[in-house]
Amino acid sequence: MKYTKKDFIHPIPGSRWHHVWSGFVGDKLAILALIIFLFYCLVALLAPLVAPFDIADPAFMDLMNAEIAPSWISGDERFLLGTDAQGRDLLSVILYGTRLSLTIGICAVLIQATLGICIGLIAGYLGGRIDNFLMRCADIQLSFSNMMVAIVFLAIFQSLFGIALYQQLAMIILILVIGLTEWPLFARTIRASVLAEKQKEYVDAARVMGISSKRIMFRHILPNTLSPILVIFTVQIANAIVAEAALSFLGLGMPATEPSLGSLISAGFAYMFAGSWWICVIPSITLIILILVMNLLGDWLRDHLNPRTYKD
Amino acid sequence: MATPLIQISGLEKAFTTNESWLSQWRFHRGKLRRHKDSIHALNGVNLTINQGETVCVVGETGCGKSTLARVIMGLTTPSAGEIHYLDQRIDHLNNRQRMFFRRRMQMVFQNPYASLNPRMTVYQTLSEPISFHNPQLSQSQVDEQIDELLESVGISASSSDRYPHEFSGGQRQRISLARALSVEPDFIVADEPLSALDVSVQAQVLNLMMDKQEERNLSYLFITHDLAVVEHFATRVAVMYLGRICELAPTKTLFSAPKHPYTRALLSAIPRLDSNTAQPIRLIGEVPTPVEKPIGCVFQARCPYANQRCYEHSPAMTLQRDGSSVACHAIEEGRL
Amino acid sequence: MNLLSVSNLYVNFHTKERELAALIDVSFTLNRGERIAIVGESGAGKSVLGFSIVNLIGKPGYIESGSIKLENKELTKMSLRQLQEVRGKRIAMIFQDPMMTLNPVLTIGDQLVETIRSHTKISYKDARNIAIEKLHHVQIASPEKRFNQYPHELSGGMRQRVIIASVLLLNPDIIIADEPTTALDVTIQAEILQLLLTICRDNGVALVLISHDLGVVSKVAERTLVMYAGHVVEEGPTLEIINDPQHPYTQGLLNALPQMTLPGQRLNQIQGSMPSLAERPSGCAFHPRCPYATQKCRQEQPNFIYSGVSSVACFLVEDMLNEFAEQDQETH
Repeated sequence: MKYTKKDFIHPIPGSRWHHVWSGFVGDKLAILALIIFLFYCLVALLAPLVAPFDIADPAFMDLMNAEIAPSWISGDERFLLGTDAQGRDLLSVILYGTRLSLTIGICAVLIQATLGICIGLIAGYLGGRIDNFLMRCADIQLSFSNMMVAIVFLAIFQSLFGIALYQQLAMIILILVIGLTEWPLFARTIRASVLAEKQKEYVDAARVMGISSKRIMFRHILPNTLSPILVIFTVQIANAIVAEAALSFLGLGMPATEPSLGSLISAGFAYMFAGSWWICVIPSITLIILILVMNLLGDWLRDHLNPRTYKD
Repeated sequence: MATPLIQISGLEKAFTTNESWLSQWRFHRGKLRRHKDSIHALNGVNLTINQGETVCVVGETGCGKSTLARVIMGLTTPSAGEIHYLDQRIDHLNNRQRMFFRRRMQMVFQNPYASLNPRMTVYQTLSEPISFHNPQLSQSQVDEQIDELLESVGISASSSDRYPHEFSGGQRQRISLARALSVEPDFIVADEPLSALDVSVQAQVLNLMMDKQEERNLSYLFITHDLAVVEHFATRVAVMYLGRICELAPTKTLFSAPKHPYTRALLSAIPRLDSNTAQPIRLIGEVPTPVEKPIGCVFQARCPYANQRCYEHSPAMTLQRDGSSVACHAIEEGRL
Repeated sequence: MNLLSVSNLYVNFHTKERELAALIDVSFTLNRGERIAIVGESGAGKSVLGFSIVNLIGKPGYIESGSIKLENKELTKMSLRQLQEVRGKRIAMIFQDPMMTLNPVLTIGDQLVETIRSHTKISYKDARNIAIEKLHHVQIASPEKRFNQYPHELSGGMRQRVIIASVLLLNPDIIIADEPTTALDVTIQAEILQLLLTICRDNGVALVLISHDLGVVSKVAERTLVMYAGHVVEEGPTLEIINDPQHPYTQGLLNALPQMTLPGQRLNQIQGSMPSLAERPSGCAFHPRCPYATQKCRQEQPNFIYSGVSSVACFLVEDMLNEFAEQDQETH
């Protein structure tokens, strides 16, 4: 039988992301969090344009201006948030520091995600011995605290190759260390979702078509596990920034010449009780707000991308 | 007689239930031994499917009918036995060697909500197999084929950029069928394709499947638990119990003169609309889980006619005068 | 007097955009010991009706208007405490999935004993005896052994029997069974239906069977309500509905069954599918799929009218009846 035009069946309209978006618009906290996060990103991206001073300029560091309080206390119009112990404008340093922290956080998580997704997909889809082996590796990796690995590695690097080389490569090394230590979190989550997706008949349908395992993994299964990836991604960026800040605070992070938020806090900590509280407190607040906002976004995503509340 | 399209002989499949290597070690009489627990889903299935024919496999939960479908399609490898497609053995082939047969044999699945990838549009779902199996086709030729295919299953071609969740269950099952037909197979395994659908929609999908069979001279292996559908649709019916076929007969013969005690009980249990049907035959107990490989007849534990021979020897399929084959000692001995 | 009477029941679902009507003007009565069936496809609102009877309809659903009377008590106005009393003792529910009611971490014996002891003050031993007797009653072999087993150790059919036993413990007047056999195999299904039937007959319990399977319904129910998109479209004695359906939807539903056509022939399908809650059409809800739809069907909602022994909501039947009446008058 031929179907005539009249008999054709038309789908029910409605967009997949529609209700996620409408839920987002309804949630004021989520909007606020997103706006703040976007503001951070924008400022970090445009730091060289926005900052009142260029930190690469040798004249920037002027000990004559050291430890000037924020302008609403000291009345010094030149430095809105005051200056640090080296006489640098705190606002400019924080802007560049945020830029650095975000870069390290995002790059490190990109490494984590790439590693974790590949390992999780392979372990979950192929199963058997490969799965066992990869997951035991993940267990071993998780049983070392990532901070411990980072400290040991960075300390060994500094003593082997010297501080000078370290200071040159600090950013790349930090990204690598933070990126390589936390992949199991991604791998485990992906593996769990892959195991669930693998049971579904669309995977069998693709196999019956003769489509290769690689294509099934990346083309069919991966897109269906993106929601949990998105959630961890957000939360992990926050964690990576915190890890970087902690390492910097311990003196194993970014050097004082190229400060991230963590090393700013660390440097300012010494002056905390000497009266110059702003050197430590203002970067701390900046960091706390950034982490808070990212966690809020992650929580919100977790609630709204949850397969139980979000059925399809 | 022409060669059968599909020939299955002595097919067996056992699933290991303790997959993990460590849990396979057991203490047995003071010694550490490796022991695999398994479930015997298929215990020697023989079946032939001829061209243009619809063979229905019926049976209750756990009888191995879905496993049979998956083994035939190469989704799981059989533990023993052979499957032939037009005299070529296919059960031991690897993925690459199987490619040719993938085009010839396709599958439609049970759950219309899980059998389509939720993140792929209808267009992507259909274009993947078409361009995968016909790399020589140009983009416009692929598009043309997809439009044609969609319209032939009653879905408007203009909705090809929609995602599966925008379609109802019956519509998704049509798309599933379109995907199976996209590589132009001559044999389709349908694993309970109607069980998730409403009655009125079931009729639509069943009609569509019959139309396609007529158009393309398709053969179906139709797996179901709904005997009303079987009666309507099948050329021959295979009744399965605990991984074995216990009766195989032309549809009319099976429904008018069921022979195996299990078939009789099964048929008597269908709730029919006419009110004056006989009381259903009550079977003792429930379907057991086949942890041990069954000795004797698979049905012996619940059979009202079982004797000593049934407990010890498994009955072979014997051809009856009316064209059906039954595996039952009681019938062989004339007790039933 | 009717045991249960539901009249002009409207149930809505609350969503952000608007109110969606799940049940529209549903009325029916149930006598003591009577067995009725509610038939419809998924989305017809039959389960919503089942839940609404005991006021169990959860958020975002709520009863908009209408009354549900058990004898002469109004259920829609009862407090939660009074409702709980009614739910166990007067009206019991059986679901498709027995695990919805059974607690997986307690043995079935403990669950049965707990049910008895929460309503009557007797010793554990006496309660145990009653429970075992009831298990025996629902034809569970070796009930003493089953008493100490956990739900996951039982098969689906056995679990459904346990549920029926637990329902019987409190001697309810009405059992509402929501697709009790859909998840079961045919042979088990036949047994469970038989069991339900005997139990209702022997104890004078009224049964509301919710099902999509007309075959199942014909085995159990005396009267049948056919539902479509939140409306009751036809009501009458089950045999009458199966042998002489009046509403085009009921006709279509019956004709779509494979046994209604010769083997190998095309089945009589109904075009299209049930509209979702959000897109209920105007006028008669069935008109987009109805082969006889007229302009009137598209605009107005048909009333429920008596036609012989059944009642139907369809303009086609109404017009036909009017015609007959006119002819009658002419001849007189």
